[in-house]
Amino acid sequence: MAAPHQRLEFLTEDQPQRKKVRRRLKDFSDGSKKVRLALNIGSILLGFLLWYLITLIPSINTFLASPKQVFAALLSESAANGRYFKDIWISLQRILIGFGLAFIASIPVAFLMGWYPRVRSIVEPWIQFFRTIPPIALIPLVILAMGLGEPPKYTIIFVAAFLVMVVTIYQGVKEVDKTLIKAAYTFGASDRDIFWDIMIPASFPFILVGARLGMAASLTTLIAAELTGTTFGLGARIQGAQQFMDTSIVLLGIITIGIIGFMLDKILLLIEKRLTRWK
Amino acid sequence: MTDSIIKIENVFKEYKVPDGKNVKALNDVSLEVSKNEFVCLVGPSGCGKTTLLNIVAGLEPFDSGKVTMHGEGIIGPGPERGVIFQQYALFPWMTVRKNIEYGMKFLRNANGSIRFDEKKKREIAEYYIKMVNLSGFEDSYPKALSGGMKQRVAIARAYAQSPEVLLMDEPFGALDAQTRAQLQEDLLHTWQEEKKTVLFITHDVDEAVLLATRVVILSARPGRIKEIVDIDLPYPRNQATKMDAEFIKYRNYIWDTVYKMFLEVRK
Ligand SMILES: Nc1ncnc2c1ncn2[C@@H]1O[C@H](COP(=O)(O)OP(=O)(O)OP(=O)(O)O)[C@@H](O)[C@H]1O
Ligand SMILES: [Mg+2]
Repeated sequence: MAAPHQRLEFLTEDQPQRKKVRRRLKDFSDGSKKVRLALNIGSILLGFLLWYLITLIPSINTFLASPKQVFAALLSESAANGRYFKDIWISLQRILIGFGLAFIASIPVAFLMGWYPRVRSIVEPWIQFFRTIPPIALIPLVILAMGLGEPPKYTIIFVAAFLVMVVTIYQGVKEVDKTLIKAAYTFGASDRDIFWDIMIPASFPFILVGARLGMAASLTTLIAAELTGTTFGLGARIQGAQQFMDTSIVLLGIITIGIIGFMLDKILLLIEKRLTRWK
Repeated sequence: MTDSIIKIENVFKEYKVPDGKNVKALNDVSLEVSKNEFVCLVGPSGCGKTTLLNIVAGLEPFDSGKVTMHGEGIIGPGPERGVIFQQYALFPWMTVRKNIEYGMKFLRNANGSIRFDEKKKREIAEYYIKMVNLSGFEDSYPKALSGGMKQRVAIARAYAQSPEVLLMDEPFGALDAQTRAQLQEDLLHTWQEEKKTVLFITHDVDEAVLLATRVVILSARPGRIKEIVDIDLPYPRNQATKMDAEFIKYRNYIWDTVYKMFLEVRK
């Protein structure tokens, strides 16, 4: 009878010590949705408030329009005679065409590189080389070759997005678990079956990561692409406004590009969530 | 032996490593496995058991020697040789059911037609899911399963493929004792019922003696066959067989042999 009693005493005595030793473990989950959303919104509102406060200083306001001025610009630009939606539409078209072509092209190239070591040896030096060159440096060449129409814009975006996507998707193809391929072979799968049934789904997460990086690259290159002599498009609008020192239009363009990028990324993220639930 | 199904003759295998320190994995290994035999491979870690199994599976090239099945040289993997890998090898994007069904996808009849339609595949998958006690997890993805459950899916997948020869690489190594005991008996049952031939790797000498008609002891690297012990215990065997005096004699003998090799290597 004595033993349990002693043990109990021992436990109670130990209590304070245990409290001291025990600590909260770092929580690596994303936390509650509500808290996350509240923090997101709070952070954005705080940003706007800071922005508003510093533009109260006149010397800053000369090169940085206030939120109110940007909002006014939004109203005038999106009015019936404004060009806001036309700019958005044209830029969006350029992004989607350049990115779309790059996406279609990068997948077979990345898979060929992953599947055939010889293709890899042939293609890799070029990719490594072009990766170090900022796409903007290609503009003079592209203009000389293609003139001033839409194709040079698609080309610049294409190059930027293609390089990012090939490298990312190729990495994924290379990392497909070899045991899975072996297992499929033991079931009697042919090379073709392995490609469609194993390689594609196994590298799917990388394809989607590649697409998101490629989309980001497309957006950042858009401004560069629109340097190639054009009157419409968000990039062209920003540059035009700079000449008139109209910083409210510049900021409006920047924010718009940011929002477009954010939305396109969200769409890809949604697709990723849908298609890789198994991860 | 006339009814030998797999024949391994004087196989040598060296892994070529870029830095020049090549690893001799198999050194003159010869082994014949007869139809409906249950051969267990035991031996110290790194002695080349997996290598030998992969060679029979047709997944690993070798340097010299001959490996045949029904007298024909093995030049690649095929569905008549089912493999259970040491690392599960489940397809993470397929559910448990889809994983098992995929193992049957490429089976063909003698005339080249597809052997099982979707409905039949589902039925067979169902049967083996029950057998390995995974009912209720049909639509789970592998990531939601424990290690032991994953291995049971791999087992079900190989059984459903219904190969002539089962090549199993420590399939029960990661399981808890109870599940392991049950799957051992299930395996014995399947083996007898379906007249299979099994090549089975294990670290567990008890397991080897319980299952095998013959236990092949490989020596430390480079792996060569040290000794082959015929296990003359009657089937059906079950966990109670482990109390048998004969069983204990076999077990002690093999354990001793393996342990002595282990100590020699440590020296
Ligand atoms: N791909 C490889 N490249 C180089 N060396 C390898 C390779 N695979 C195996 N080896 C070496 O060959 C030897 C035999 O390996 P193997 O995997 O066949 O051993 P094992 O008997 O299955 O060991 P374990 O019981 O630990 O699974 C080991 O020493 C290992 O280091
Ligand atoms: Mg092994």
